[in-house]
Amino acid sequence: MENWSLVSICVLFGLTARWAVSLNSYSGAGKPPMFGDYEAQRHWQEVTYNLPVHEWYFNTTDNNLNYWGLDYPPLTAYHSLLCAHVAKLINPDWVELHASRGHESYGHKLFMRATVLVADLLIYIPAVVLYSFYLSEGSNKKKVCTVLCILLYPGLILIDYGHFQYNSISLGLALWGVVVLGLGWDVLGSLAFVLSLNYKQMELYHSLPFFCYLLGKCFKQGLAGRGLFLLVKIAVTVLVTFALCWLPFLSDPGQILQVVHRLFPVGRGLFEDKVANTWCSLNVLIKIKTILSTDTQLYFSLTTTLLAILPSSIKLLMKPTLWQFKLALVNSSLAFFLFSFQVHEKSILLPALPVCLLLNDLPLPAIWFLQASTFSMLPLFLKDGLLVPYVVTSLAFLFFSIYLLSAFEHCSEDKLRLGPYRRLLICMPRMDLGRVTKWKFYFSITAMAGLSFMSVSLAPPDQLPDLFPLLVSVFSYLHFLGLLLYFNIVQIAEPPQSVRKNQKKSN
Amino acid sequence: MTVFSGYFSHSTDFEVHRNWLAITHSLPVSKWYHENTSEWTLDYPPLFAWFEYSLSHVAQHFDKEMLVVQNLIYTSPATILFQRLSVIVTDIVFIYAVKECCRSVREEKGSKDLLGHPFFILAALLLWNFGLLIVDHIHFQYNGFLFGILLLSVARHLQGRHLEGALLFTVLLNLKHIYLYIAPAYGIFLLRSYCFTKDNTDGSVRWSSFSPVRLVALGSIVISVGALSFGPFIAMGQLPQVLSRLFPFKRGLCHAYWAPNVWALYNMVDKALSVLGVRLKLLDVAKLPKASMTGGLVQEFQHSILPSVSPSITLICTLLSIMPAVLSIWCRPRGARGFLRCLVICALGSFMFGWHVHEKAILMAILPFSILAVESREDAGIFLMLTTTGHYSLFPLLFTAAELPIKVLLMLLFTLYSFTSLKKLFRGSLLNPLETTYLLGLVAVEILCEVVYPLSPWQHTLPFVPLLVTSVYCSLGVSYSFIRLYVSLLRQHGTDKHKQL
Repeated sequence: MENWSLVSICVLFGLTARWAVSLNSYSGAGKPPMFGDYEAQRHWQEVTYNLPVHEWYFNTTDNNLNYWGLDYPPLTAYHSLLCAHVAKLINPDWVELHASRGHESYGHKLFMRATVLVADLLIYIPAVVLYSFYLSEGSNKKKVCTVLCILLYPGLILIDYGHFQYNSISLGLALWGVVVLGLGWDVLGSLAFVLSLNYKQMELYHSLPFFCYLLGKCFKQGLAGRGLFLLVKIAVTVLVTFALCWLPFLSDPGQILQVVHRLFPVGRGLFEDKVANTWCSLNVLIKIKTILSTDTQLYFSLTTTLLAILPSSIKLLMKPTLWQFKLALVNSSLAFFLFSFQVHEKSILLPALPVCLLLNDLPLPAIWFLQASTFSMLPLFLKDGLLVPYVVTSLAFLFFSIYLLSAFEHCSEDKLRLGPYRRLLICMPRMDLGRVTKWKFYFSITAMAGLSFMSVSLAPPDQLPDLFPLLVSVFSYLHFLGLLLYFNIVQIAEPPQSVRKNQKKSN
Repeated sequence: MTVFSGYFSHSTDFEVHRNWLAITHSLPVSKWYHENTSEWTLDYPPLFAWFEYSLSHVAQHFDKEMLVVQNLIYTSPATILFQRLSVIVTDIVFIYAVKECCRSVREEKGSKDLLGHPFFILAALLLWNFGLLIVDHIHFQYNGFLFGILLLSVARHLQGRHLEGALLFTVLLNLKHIYLYIAPAYGIFLLRSYCFTKDNTDGSVRWSSFSPVRLVALGSIVISVGALSFGPFIAMGQLPQVLSRLFPFKRGLCHAYWAPNVWALYNMVDKALSVLGVRLKLLDVAKLPKASMTGGLVQEFQHSILPSVSPSITLICTLLSIMPAVLSIWCRPRGARGFLRCLVICALGSFMFGWHVHEKAILMAILPFSILAVESREDAGIFLMLTTTGHYSLFPLLFTAAELPIKVLLMLLFTLYSFTSLKKLFRGSLLNPLETTYLLGLVAVEILCEVVYPLSPWQHTLPFVPLLVTSVYCSLGVSYSFIRLYVSLLRQHGTDKHKQL
């Protein structure tokens, strides 16, 4: 069958899955007084529509920052404004200042879900299709399968269409950045990434790889000459884009400071709730939150994060190829997730995006990571009443990706690049690491299924009310740590003069 | 594969089945067909009631409250979960049946990748049939299970295992009596091809080869299954009550939403003539019957200008429409495939001319026809026409705004897939320009009904117009497919006759 029809079928299938999930409940449904992320997004529409720009980030009588104050960069605010204009056309009650607080209705839910779908369709999905067709290797059939598997990634579907957020916009723009950079248009790529950064500040997790990749490219082209010219072009693009996005706030330094203060709330502590990162898991053994002061915690986390991202960034700087870039994106964002300050469990979507890009090259580890990332958000899904979509989408994703991408066939030591592990395990030369990995995968998936089932059906003992979320996050943490190590090894152990026959874009 | 669609909001059919679970579980057998606390009385044959009874034993572990008859419109999450799960589990029958059908499909020689294999296309067309997904999982019924049995029976006949096929069909008939529509095809085929073991060289009946053993075998199957299901009720003397519940002829010529059949066209003409007559002052407005045919209630009414249609007339029309097909497989049996074609024609004929036909009945024609569609080019063309219009006519079943994207997306998915895969299989375009224009017109009708009309001022005064337009437009397509199918059958009949000369 022709490509366009296969791709259309995949996209339609992805859209159907998304809308099907969106028919379920959302975050904070029917839970006054604060409700949840859904109400936050609605509130931002109300604020941006009714109040002048210079009041959006400030605490005023009309804008109570304690009730879901804006804490994303200006592009989110502009997007909310756009949605608010549409909402006003359909039903003004939805964005009435003060009066619409906590508004929940059937029509409004459809409207909000539709905004997510439209944004996804315009930004994220085209980027995925373009990536699969221009930047991934393999036959046409394989490319179509990649499109389907990336579109079926449960984590993004459940958070965007279930819990309710607009991650597809920021992740989509970042993906556009990757695609455009991969095609060689550096300036446009940096423009796309800056837009993404201005939509959600969490994209900073991805910023270091982008920086190192572009800097490395400039170095390669020679710092005295074309390289410098490229550097200047990129710098100018970045600055101009920032200026354009922040234009309404540039008139007053106080505005800029306030916005920055809202975006980076450093007073909030090392972590909140149960997150599958180092600090939360460490807290089980040693109560670091109470032992160390806030400042020490800050420095500690900063140092560990820097240490974790250093090897990957240096390697990328020295060898700015697309393959290294993808791996660096994974490593950097995963390291940030594991060691950074005030991380939310939803931030796992940031490493998940570049891992989706690796589905074609390293299917089994990628599928493993993506499934673990979905699993790590299970407590959130249970809180939102999204159990059935979680089960169904996870099963569908596992089934389709393992079957279509032939994950188990590409399970040899060579394909998984387990060379360095082989060197470490010199004492056991006869062990087939490929088989070991496969069995670890089976065990892991079974354990995840078992833990999910237990979280739902059993009640935790009275002394340990948070037992199951804790088990889920620690279990996921171990996976993430192991996979961080793995992806770092794959990136760094790549020989400098490798002639990978399937490398399309090299420098 | 159908699992992922299993979590939608419920509909009235949901309550219907919950009520039946309650009736069969809580009441003694003698009361099953007399019970009418709820308006959704038991109107399927007894074997289905036994099926619900066995389900109810599992249901009591989920939520005991759903089995209390007085709990009308009871919808706890456990109830919904159980009902959905039961549909999904019984769909296993359907999946198995599809597998068996695929095994029987003829294949051409030559290397094809997996997506191009006829059996894969057939499997996809059946498993992902839009109509079935919508009706079963969103609207809630056990059609997957029932159609699974039907397809399994067809597959058995294709494989030559006729006794099993007959058994399966009798079971099916006792589960849902709507399959009486296709009973003539089965009856004549089995009589002709099974009881008469040999044919003459010219294909006509060889009376001497009649095998009473086989006839007795068939008869005993039918009687024993019938006894199993109806037996207790005949013993209690409740047969008339059961039959009156199974065949409620008070329900009116058409459903509240007209199924796209001949009577929809008939009603349309009648309404048009009456409006014309009033405008031209040939008729007196006061003399016209007030009952609105699409008012949403199911009631008897009279046509205003054209003669009224009674149940017996529909029966006669149906029998007349299927007679040529049935005679054709009597005179010139073409084996199991001829039987399948006749089955589709019977199903379609009853759909076209039946009394109080529900639009879901189009699936009875579409699903078996899929098997023929992957084997012959002409059939594929007719199939595309029939399936697209038939599926579109199911759209009014889902009328909420939330379900709109789902039905549009699923319809696009299925239509895109069926067109491209069959086109690739048969290498080339399967529809002529007129047909393509008609199908594209469906898009216009959809936009008109779902987007333009609700925003127009007539939405409140004439709310049934979108339904009317959908129904009439689709009935054109369905009638066209019916005629083409007949033409192809008679043409085959003609060529067979030529072969002997």
